[in-house]
Amino acid sequence: MPVAAKKKSRKKATAESMAASQREISVSEFFAKNRHLLGFDNARKAMLTTVKEAVDNALDACEEAGILPALKIHLLQLDETRFKITVQDNGPGIVRKQIENIFGKLLYGSKFHRMKMSRGQQGIGISAAGMYGLMTTGKPVKIISKTGPRKPSHEVVLKIDTSKNKAEVVSDTEHPEDDKLFPEGRGTIVAIELEGKYQKGRQSVDEYLEQTAIANPHAQITYITPSNETIEFPRAMDELPEEAKEIKPHPKGIELGTLIQMLERTEARQLGGFLQKDFCRVGQQKAKQLAEGAGMTSRTWVKNVGHAEAEKLYKSIQDTRITSPPTDCLVPIGSKALLAGLLKEVKAEFFAAATRPPAVYRGNPFQMEVAIAFGGELKTEESARILRFANRVPLLYQQSACSSFKAVVETGWKNYSLQQPRGGLPVGPIVIMIHMASVWVPFTSESKEAVADYDEIRKEMRLALQECGRKLGIYLRRRQRMKKESERRSIFERYIGEIASACNAITGVDAKKLYAALQNQAAKKTAEADQRLDDEGKIVDDGGRLAKDSDVIIVEDLQTGGSEESKNDDLFGGVTLKGRRKKTKKKATRAKKKTRR
Amino acid sequence: MPPRKKTTSTKKSASKKTAKKKAAPKTASKKRGAPVSKERDKVTKRAIELLADDVARDGLKGKEPNVEIPLRTVTNMKWNKRKRILEMGDSTQTRSLFNVGQARKFMQTLLLAKGSRELIKAEKTLSLRGMYYMSLHTIEGTKEKTFNDQGESDTVLEDLEVSLGGLREELHVFAKKRGTMVGNITVEDNGDEIDCRRMGTGGYAIPSICEPSVIRFKKCDAKFVLHVEKDTVWSRFNEDRFWETHNCILTEGSGQPPRGVRRLLHRLNKELGLPIYCLLDCDPWGHYIYSVIKQGSINLAFESERMAIPDAKFMGIRAMDYDRCDLSSDVRIALNERDITRARQIAEYPWFKDKRPWQKEIKTLLANGFKMEVESLITKDISYVTEEYVPARLKAKDFLD
Repeated sequence: MPVAAKKKSRKKATAESMAASQREISVSEFFAKNRHLLGFDNARKAMLTTVKEAVDNALDACEEAGILPALKIHLLQLDETRFKITVQDNGPGIVRKQIENIFGKLLYGSKFHRMKMSRGQQGIGISAAGMYGLMTTGKPVKIISKTGPRKPSHEVVLKIDTSKNKAEVVSDTEHPEDDKLFPEGRGTIVAIELEGKYQKGRQSVDEYLEQTAIANPHAQITYITPSNETIEFPRAMDELPEEAKEIKPHPKGIELGTLIQMLERTEARQLGGFLQKDFCRVGQQKAKQLAEGAGMTSRTWVKNVGHAEAEKLYKSIQDTRITSPPTDCLVPIGSKALLAGLLKEVKAEFFAAATRPPAVYRGNPFQMEVAIAFGGELKTEESARILRFANRVPLLYQQSACSSFKAVVETGWKNYSLQQPRGGLPVGPIVIMIHMASVWVPFTSESKEAVADYDEIRKEMRLALQECGRKLGIYLRRRQRMKKESERRSIFERYIGEIASACNAITGVDAKKLYAALQNQAAKKTAEADQRLDDEGKIVDDGGRLAKDSDVIIVEDLQTGGSEESKNDDLFGGVTLKGRRKKTKKKATRAKKKTRR
Repeated sequence: MPPRKKTTSTKKSASKKTAKKKAAPKTASKKRGAPVSKERDKVTKRAIELLADDVARDGLKGKEPNVEIPLRTVTNMKWNKRKRILEMGDSTQTRSLFNVGQARKFMQTLLLAKGSRELIKAEKTLSLRGMYYMSLHTIEGTKEKTFNDQGESDTVLEDLEVSLGGLREELHVFAKKRGTMVGNITVEDNGDEIDCRRMGTGGYAIPSICEPSVIRFKKCDAKFVLHVEKDTVWSRFNEDRFWETHNCILTEGSGQPPRGVRRLLHRLNKELGLPIYCLLDCDPWGHYIYSVIKQGSINLAFESERMAIPDAKFMGIRAMDYDRCDLSSDVRIALNERDITRARQIAEYPWFKDKRPWQKEIKTLLANGFKMEVESLITKDISYVTEEYVPARLKAKDFLD
C-alpha cells in the first residue's frame, strides 16, 4: 500500500529533537513579526505612528516637568519611499544611562506600572518605531538629549537587538553645538529613518498634528512637511494643564491574577496593611470588612494567603461596596481649552463644549468631554466629522470600532435640528470632538486606535453629546426663527407695492404715501417679533441664554453669512433686491448685540 | 378729475392687451343690453371701491389692512330644510396683509378687484382666463409673478365674489362655455333670436352668463326638460329627435354642469315652470351631479338661491336597471375604494339622509359592487335609451326625488 510506504519513510520528531528548536521568544521578536499590532501595518501608517509616538512622549515629558511644550516635527524625504523623521522637544531631557532602555527596549517605561493619566501607557511605542526603522532601512535611531544648560548633550546612536530586546550602542558622542540645537538649554531630539509614504488628507501626519493642536492648545507645534513647507500651530493658552495625580489601583478594578501578583509583591506583612497600602479607598474598617468577608482577619499574614484564600478575597471585594476611586487623578482638557483649540483650527460659526463629571468603569476613573463646531465654512452635505481623543492623543484609525462612534450614532441628532439617517452619523456642517481622560484608557489594541465599548463609557459619552446637542438645537432654532422673520418681512415688502398701486387705481389714494405707510407697518410687525425674542425672558430669549453660557462661542462673521445668502438665491433665483442688503445687515447687527449682552 | 383720467388710460391698455386673448366673441354692443344691468354695475363698483378704500384707510392709519371673506367650506354650509337648498353660513375668514400665508392672496384679491372695476367701467366682459392674463405681471424688482396659473386667479376671484356679495357675472367675468341645448324653445341671446328647434347636430351652446339681461325666453312649447350627463348621450337623443317626439328641451352639462347651465335650468324651472329630469350615470359622481343641480354645491353655496332646483328629479340610470333592463354583464364597472367611500359620504348628506328611496338606491349600488354609465344602455340597442328606457320612465313617472 502506498500510504504505508510513505508513512515509513517519514522522519518522526522526538521530544529531544523538538527540544533543540524550542527557545524563548523575545518581546521584540514577537512585535517585529506582528508589527501591525503596534500600528505599523503599512508605509503610510508607519509614518503616522512614528510621529505620534515621538510627539506623545515629548508632550508627556514636558508636562510632567512643568514646561510649556514647544515641538518641532520635521519630515525629510530622502528618497521615493524613504523618510527621516525628526522630532524635537523642549522637555527635561533624558539622563544618559536611560537612553538605551527608553529607546531600545520594548515594554520599558515609567507609565505602565502606575495609575496616572498620561498619553503613553505601555512603553512600547517609540522603541517599536525605532525597530521598524532599523528593519526597513537598516539605519539606527539617533537621539540627542540635554538635561540642563550646564550639562553636556549626548548624541547616542542605537540599534535594537530584537533577539535580546536590548539596545546596542553604535556611537556615543557629546554634541558640540548644543546651544544652537537647544536654545532653552534642554530637550530631546529623536531622529528615525524609515520606509514610509507621505500622503495628505485623512489619517495623515498633517491631520494628526492638527488635531493634536486642538486637544493641546497649550502646545506650540512647528511642522515642516516633506515639501519643505512650514506649518505653525500656535499656542492658544499659556497655562499648562494641571498635573495629574497618581493613584493606587481601586480594589474593584483588578482581576484575580493581578490580586495574586500584588499579594506576592507587596511589602506589607499583614492582610490589613496590604489592603490599605496598596489600594485606594480602603481604610482600616473597609480592610477589616474585606478580610472578614473572605474568612480571614486584618492580622492574617500575607504569606499565608494562598490561592484559595485569594479567590475568596477577590469575591469578597466584588461583594462589598467600596467608594469610587478619587477623581483628582483626572485632568480634563476643560471646556474653555476645548473651545480655544477648536476655534483655532475649525472655521465654524457655533461652538459648544461640555465636560462631564468623572465616572468609573471597572474601577478606573474616567471623564468625558465633548465639543462641537457647527456651520461657517464646514461642508453642509457631508456626514459629521468626529475627532476622537484619548488623554489628549488624536485617534485616527478604526473610527467605527470606537465606542465614541457608537455613542454619536445612537444620539438622536434629529432632536437638535440636524439630519441623521437611520443608524448613521448626523449629516451637516458639524465637527464633533470627543475626549476621554482616564488613568487607563481601554484601547481595543496596542496600536491605540479605538476605545473599547464599555457601557459606562458609552453612557457618559452620550450624555456629553446630548448636552452639546441641546445647545446646538437652541442655537439652530433661534437662527431659524430669525431667518423666518426676515423672510416674513421680505414677503410683505414684495407685495406692498402691488397693493398700493391697486388701491391707487381703484380709489385714487396716493400710492406713494400708502406704500410708505405699509412699509412702515411691515418693519414694525417683524421687529415686534424680534423684540419678543429679546424681552420675554429666558424661555424665548435663547440668544441671551446662550450668550451667557461660557461653554458656547458664536462667531458673528461666519454666522448667517452663508445660509442667509443661499436663502436669497432660493427665493429670487439669484436676484438681489434693492434695499434687501441693507436689511440683512441690520439683522446681523441686531444679532450681534444680542449675543454680546 | 385726474384719477379718472388715469383709469381710462389703463382701461385702454387693458382692452388692447386682452382683445387678442378673448376666446368668446362676447363683444358688448351698445344697442344690445350690457351683460349686467347698469344698477347692478353701480352697486358692484361701489363694493369694490369700498373694499380698496378700507385697505387704504387702514394702511394710512397704521392699522393692519384685512379683507373679510365668507368661508366656502363644508363646515360653513347649512342645509335649509324648508327651502330645500344649501346655504352659506355666517363664518368668515380674515385675510390680512401681514400674515405670511395670506399676504400673496391679499395682493391678488386687490389686483382682481382692480381688474373687475376696469371691466365694469369699460362695459366689457372677460373669460376667467382673460381675467388671469389681465392681472398677470411680474412684481417689480423680483422674478415672482402675480399669479402662477389660472387656478390661482380663479379661486381668488371666487373669494372676491363672496366677499363683495356679487356674482362672477356681476364682476364681468365668465367661464369657458360648456353645455348644450336643443328643444322646443326660442331664446333671445344678447339681442339675437335663437330657435333651438333648428340647431342641427351641434345644438345651442349654453353661455356662461345666463342672466335675464342676456338670455330672454321667447316662445316655449316644451313640457319638460331632460338633462343628460354627457355630450355623447345628448347627441344620441338629438339625432333621434327625442325633443320633437316628446316635446321637451334637451340639455347637457359635460359632467358636473357649469354655472351657466345650472342657472339656465333654474330659470327654465322657475320662470317657465318646466319640470327637470336628470339622466345621469349610476355611480356616486352621477348622484352628486344630481345633488348639485337639486340643492346647490358646497363651493358655491352662496349662489344656491339662484341656481338650485329643489324640484329636479332623478330618472336614472338606477342600480336596479341592470336586472330590470336585462343588461349584459359587460357593462359593469367595478367600484373602487374611492367610489365606495364617496357613495357612503353621499348617503350621509342630510338631504339624502332622510330619503328612503335614495338610501335604498345607494345601498343597492354598493351591494351590486359595480357602476354603470348611461351609454351602457346602448348594448341593448342603439336607440334603446331614447325609444324605450326614457319613455317608459316618463310614462310610469318612475323618478327618484
